[in-house]
Amino acid sequence: MPENKELLLAMPENKEVLLSVRNMSICFGKGKNLFKAVKNVSFDIFKGETFGLVGESGSGKTTIGRAIIRINPTTSGDVIFKGQKINGKISRELDRKVTREIQMIFQDPMASLNERAKVDYIVSEGLLNGEKISEKVRRDRVEKALSEVGLLPEFASRFPHEFSGGQRQRIGVARALIMQPDFIIADEPISALDVSIRAQVLNLLSVLQKERGLTYLFISHDLSVMRFICDRIAVIHKGVLVELAETEKLFAHPLHPYTRALLSAIPLPDPAREKNKVLEVYDPTQHDYSFDQPKWVEIEKGHMVWGNEKELAKYREMLKA
Amino acid sequence: MEKPILSVRNLNIKFNLRGRTLHALRDVSLDLYKGESLAIVGESGSGKSVFVKSFMGLLDANGWVDSGEILYNGEDLTGYKKEKQWLGVRGKQIAMVLQDPMTSLNPLKTIGAQIMEAIELHQGLHGEEAREEMLSVLTDVGITEPERRAKQYPHEFSGGMRQRVVIAIAVACRPQILICDEPTTALDVTIQAQILSLIRQLKQKYNLTTIYITHDLGVVANVADRIAVMYAGDIVEIGLCEEVFYDSRHPYTWALLSSLPQLGVKGEPLYSIHGTPPNLFNEVKGDAFAPRNPQALKIDFVKRPPYFEVSPTHKARTWLLDPRAPKIEPPEAVRKLATEGVKGYA
Repeated sequence: MPENKELLLAMPENKEVLLSVRNMSICFGKGKNLFKAVKNVSFDIFKGETFGLVGESGSGKTTIGRAIIRINPTTSGDVIFKGQKINGKISRELDRKVTREIQMIFQDPMASLNERAKVDYIVSEGLLNGEKISEKVRRDRVEKALSEVGLLPEFASRFPHEFSGGQRQRIGVARALIMQPDFIIADEPISALDVSIRAQVLNLLSVLQKERGLTYLFISHDLSVMRFICDRIAVIHKGVLVELAETEKLFAHPLHPYTRALLSAIPLPDPAREKNKVLEVYDPTQHDYSFDQPKWVEIEKGHMVWGNEKELAKYREMLKA
Repeated sequence: MEKPILSVRNLNIKFNLRGRTLHALRDVSLDLYKGESLAIVGESGSGKSVFVKSFMGLLDANGWVDSGEILYNGEDLTGYKKEKQWLGVRGKQIAMVLQDPMTSLNPLKTIGAQIMEAIELHQGLHGEEAREEMLSVLTDVGITEPERRAKQYPHEFSGGMRQRVVIAIAVACRPQILICDEPTTALDVTIQAQILSLIRQLKQKYNLTTIYITHDLGVVANVADRIAVMYAGDIVEIGLCEEVFYDSRHPYTWALLSSLPQLGVKGEPLYSIHGTPPNLFNEVKGDAFAPRNPQALKIDFVKRPPYFEVSPTHKARTWLLDPRAPKIEPPEAVRKLATEGVKGYA
């Protein structure tokens, strides 16, 4: 596959690839109701980075996250984690390993915690699935996970409803951390939180990343948060990756018209800018792909974009300007 | 500015919850001027929704106005006892657009019928006249092919389109005041921008006064002429949009602005507010934000600050504005916002 080769070339020399997704498609339903949620996406996530996936609702961003962690089956393509293929049929052993090493943080801390279980159980539930450990070890690990996210050990005996939104999200993070994962998929982890609590959770995530060398896949629709936290951002539209670049590069030189529309629409907390802003509207019919088929191409170092030859020529002009 | 269309004076609202009393709004006063666009900002639980609901008599059954008045066209709404009195205000004078368009529409009726209902009730039009009015409102909110779309049900519309329908219903009542409670939180960014500009157009066309409730300061910067910042059931700072963004005075407003990721420096921790908002079941002493404010003064814990005027349009409830108070500079992120603004995109 020529695309693969190009992608590998895009890799900076000193970075190690933790996860690569190659030509992945995901379909739901069959026959007349077949719906292609994700169409032929390819990207790499490097060890220790925060990789952002941004798109609107229904664009397939969550589906990609869920496919990586094996909740949704892939229709075609490969997901390679630490050099091993982890999608499709895999051995039970590998499945265990994947469940342990890849963890997820969910959007709504009000809905993602079991209301009837105590924090102690919620946090350690993942451990029950692995090798047998003594009660004392389990307790110690719960305590350690809680203190790492800034919660007191005595909180273990409480129920989720006794906590505020920010604390609940911390419990969600502790639940993921106790498995000692290498890779965390954070699906809109702060969208349901208040502005001031968002900052707490964002800080927590970046401290943990530094301490443990974690790698994040950060899924969100909020580009202003992503700009702050992500090293690289991929933009997805209707199941197709349209652009991928380092964060500041993407903000400085957005090429694809959809990326441009998305960036122009972010509300900025600055009235002088906001009241004079010009919205760019994305019209999908502007692409003429009848003859010239679009491709996923590296247009400059580390900057991928989806387009056909004619569009790519235009994008190259834009980069020169 | 002219005289206020709605004037709230020392409003206190309380709720009864499991035998305990929650003091949700603590002595709030506000003037709303005709034709302006006011944004109310605050975290969940700060009382912003309760505040606007009280204008329409929509408080939950366990809540009541304890004291104070809400003057609309010279009439005190807090004196309304009967549902019938409220019906003259609700929708007709003050209409509301809620957050989630999925739950505010009736799934069993066509959207045409739902808009007609509002027109028949509030404008007194019937039959063909009402239908024409309905089609013209649908066109106004940017729905193409209104004839065909009017016969469709809510589930046949996308989220953004549904929100347009909700706005159509609100506008069809020909209200004076339009309250938008988190109107775009459930929508995508690109759609959000469209809906905000739609509301702005309609405001012009129908000569509306708008109140936005939101926690997204980006949206606020886009829509507001004036901003009221609420914390723990009180307006702690109010002023023109530019005044609140570029020259804020209350430590809570500072904290709110500094915790924005847009103002953060990558790789450095973002400013975050410690602790939790005060429990409004207990009596709040002094400045409600003091326990979370590392630079709080001694008096902040003892006596509730009055409003200090910064300019004729800008005032804040903080002792820092007292002439005797020590000089405390706003945090760096806030100063940067005033001098450099937020970095946008190329």
